[in-house]
Amino acid sequence: MERIPILRMGEFLLVTIQVDMHDQLAMTLQDDLSERISGTGARGVLIDISALDIVDSFIGRMIATISGLSKIMDAETVVVGMQPAVAITLVELGLTLPGVITALDVERGMRLLRDRLQSR
Amino acid sequence: MSALSQRTIDVIRKNEGPLLASWHANLDASGAARDSRISQAEFESQTKEFLRVLAAGAAMGDVNGMAGNEWSEARTFLERLSRSRALQGFDSQHTANFIFSLKHPLFELLQAEYGKDPADFASQVWAVSELLDGLGLHTVRTFQKSREEVIARQQEELLELSTPVVKLWDGVLALPMIGTLDSQRTQVVMESLLQRIVETGAEIAIIDITGVPTVDTLVAQHLLKTVTAIRLMGADAIISGVRPQIAQTIVHLGLDLQGIVTKANLADALAVALKRSGFVVTKGA
Repeated sequence: MERIPILRMGEFLLVTIQVDMHDQLAMTLQDDLSERISGTGARGVLIDISALDIVDSFIGRMIATISGLSKIMDAETVVVGMQPAVAITLVELGLTLPGVITALDVERGMRLLRDRLQSR
Repeated sequence: MSALSQRTIDVIRKNEGPLLASWHANLDASGAARDSRISQAEFESQTKEFLRVLAAGAAMGDVNGMAGNEWSEARTFLERLSRSRALQGFDSQHTANFIFSLKHPLFELLQAEYGKDPADFASQVWAVSELLDGLGLHTVRTFQKSREEVIARQQEELLELSTPVVKLWDGVLALPMIGTLDSQRTQVVMESLLQRIVETGAEIAIIDITGVPTVDTLVAQHLLKTVTAIRLMGADAIISGVRPQIAQTIVHLGLDLQGIVTKANLADALAVALKRSGFVVTKGA
């Protein structure tokens, strides 16, 4: 079965979405990620969606859910590299994703994660 | 049935020279021919061509069936003519006058031909008049369509022009908005701004609304959407140029701009942006 890889980098988990998301894939990612966070005790999660150029309301909600659940498991989540078209679509769908931290690219996302962890 | 009789068509073809001369005189009198925008040679070829397609069309078709195939040549000619007139900036009266000023010479010609035959004369005058009216109206319609095309194109260009995204500092973009914000414009503005954010990797975008004359609930909603989209991409947005009247309107309307950083002018916004990016501005000794 198709899976989105979750890479471990020190105390962070790195999720890079390189394929078009479909609902089942999103559900699997959600399960896998929560498993990995509890398994590794990761302090931060970085989700790179720069290769994602089609979203629907389900995927939008999934991004919010993942961010919310990792926060509950004490891991900061940063969503990076959202494409303009995706951002516009989400806004038009009314999914403003409050509470989701965003950054322009992976590098800035990593810096943001480190800063936030240090200030905690 | 109001077709031109063969006799009329023959008369037109036979007297092409005098007819053209008198038509030119008529156009000259109305000041239509003396214009630097059209050369004399071009003008003459246009009038000649029109007489030819008129006779050709009349020879084949009914005057009432202007939409029919027989008139397609005349229609194409007139469409081309009125389009070029529209592009050269003539008004509709001038364009229509091109056709209508042919009436007088034609009537005179018919009078000379049918002078002793009032019944035929009346019917042919009627037919010619109807024919020219139809052609004239078609010209005006095409003229208007061409003008509308020009306007639509200009609107599109204006849309592009009115949304420049400028780089104020390393990592700071500014978007000076000018004019009324509607959905279409907001869409274009949003897209170009987000695209520039991706290209430059700027972390702060300043939207300056000094040039926006009014802010109502719809405009506020558009601004909110843009700001949210910018945040989703991982950049920050600052709205600047909130004039006192606009601030009052926003409060009176009870609009919720919470979560949006607003500044009175662009300078303040830039100061905040520089501070956030870690720059310090000092005055030299």
